Amino acid sequence: MNSIFSIHTIRFIALVFIQVLILNHINFLGYINPYVYILFIGLYPVKNNRIILILLSFLLGITIDMFLDTGGIHAGACVFIAYIRPVILKSSFGMIYEHQTIKFNSVEFGSKLTYFTLLTVLHHIVLFSLEIFSISKILLILQKTLFTSIFTILLSIVVTIIFSRKTK
Amino acid sequence: MQQIINFIIRNKNFLLFLLLFGFSLLFTIQSHSYHKSKFINSANFLSGGVYNSVNNVGNYFNLKSQNQLLAEENKKLRSILLNSGIEADSIFIDSLTFGKSYRFFSANIIKNSYALNNNVLTLNKGRNDSIKQDFGVISSNGIVGIIDKTSGNYSTVISILNATISISAQLKKTNHFGSLTWDGKDSQFTQLIDIPKIAKVKTGDTIITSGQSSIFPKGVPIGTIEDFKLDQAENYYEINVRLFNDMTSIEHVYIIENVSKEEITNLLSDN
Repeated sequence: MNSIFSIHTIRFIALVFIQVLILNHINFLGYINPYVYILFIGLYPVKNNRIILILLSFLLGITIDMFLDTGGIHAGACVFIAYIRPVILKSSFGMIYEHQTIKFNSVEFGSKLTYFTLLTVLHHIVLFSLEIFSISKILLILQKTLFTSIFTILLSIVVTIIFSRKTK
Repeated sequence: MQQIINFIIRNKNFLLFLLLFGFSLLFTIQSHSYHKSKFINSANFLSGGVYNSVNNVGNYFNLKSQNQLLAEENKKLRSILLNSGIEADSIFIDSLTFGKSYRFFSANIIKNSYALNNNVLTLNKGRNDSIKQDFGVISSNGIVGIIDKTSGNYSTVISILNATISISAQLKKTNHFGSLTWDGKDSQFTQLIDIPKIAKVKTGDTIITSGQSSIFPKGVPIGTIEDFKLDQAENYYEINVRLFNDMTSIEHVYIIENVSKEEITNLLSDN
């Protein structure tokens, strides 16, 4: 229990720092920055209490917002995906989720990709809608969501492959 | 009563979600309006400190180009000073600031941002250096933004690349003025609106600050006219301004305090 707790604390802090100090300065093609910090929400253990996850997501988002001076857009997007995560889990992993035995290291690549894609796209749609905050610019919102999602999904998959422990 | 408590316990996840989402929406709406009280900003001890210590290292990577910029500016200022006929005695420092209407402070940008819709920068000077809200920020090439929030050692700047900003600006040749805004598309261009149709606008003309807002002195360079068109009502020009500043790589900036600002605002509020 204690080691799980410390692993998640370290992951939280490390992801915030990597996001703020490195990933926000990429600005590929002028505006594309991957938001990989949502891996914290994605990889949070399935069995644990949902209330704690929602609270932690809010904390994560508001920390990122504080560093980027963006008001509350990251907090809103994070809370949203944290709340809706069980639905995403069910639709991407199906039966295994029902038995509550998912280990993110040992699931199939295909369903993992679906899971991260759904999580990222939903997060980015909420994020950019809140950032731009105008229905008349919906095309810009969708364009930003599409390009940034591709970048985020790629990096998230790469990071999970690199840092996964072999369970043989 | 029992049922209400049961309802809350049953829907506790959803209620918590609604509450926190409501908070983030509130913060977001506040950040979209100019100068509203923001609880969450980067001019605090934690994020300011982190940015400052990282910037201490990152500074070295573009030391050469920034030095070149500063040397270039020094050259310009030297030639103005020597040609103006004022005695340039570098040893004597005038500590009396009476009669001067603008005071200057130097600062470094420790967090730059230009990819968002509402960009906010962070500086390494704050209340302890007597920086306050609504001071202007310029660099050696032109205008940068306006101070928003200050903490002890850090302050945030609303960049000119921010959809909420509006700065009074004018054509250099004639005195027609309008307001400078940003449409959020390109970090090289800002938009000057409300220039009356009667003004003779030409591509390549210079745009400067008008000095009417009591934040910036008159004549701070902004950029040149890239293209222009009449707005929908066909009464005013909408001008695309190419900025002199490269907002993607600025580091050394100057903060301007208008000493007589209080007097001006008091006078205006009396009427």
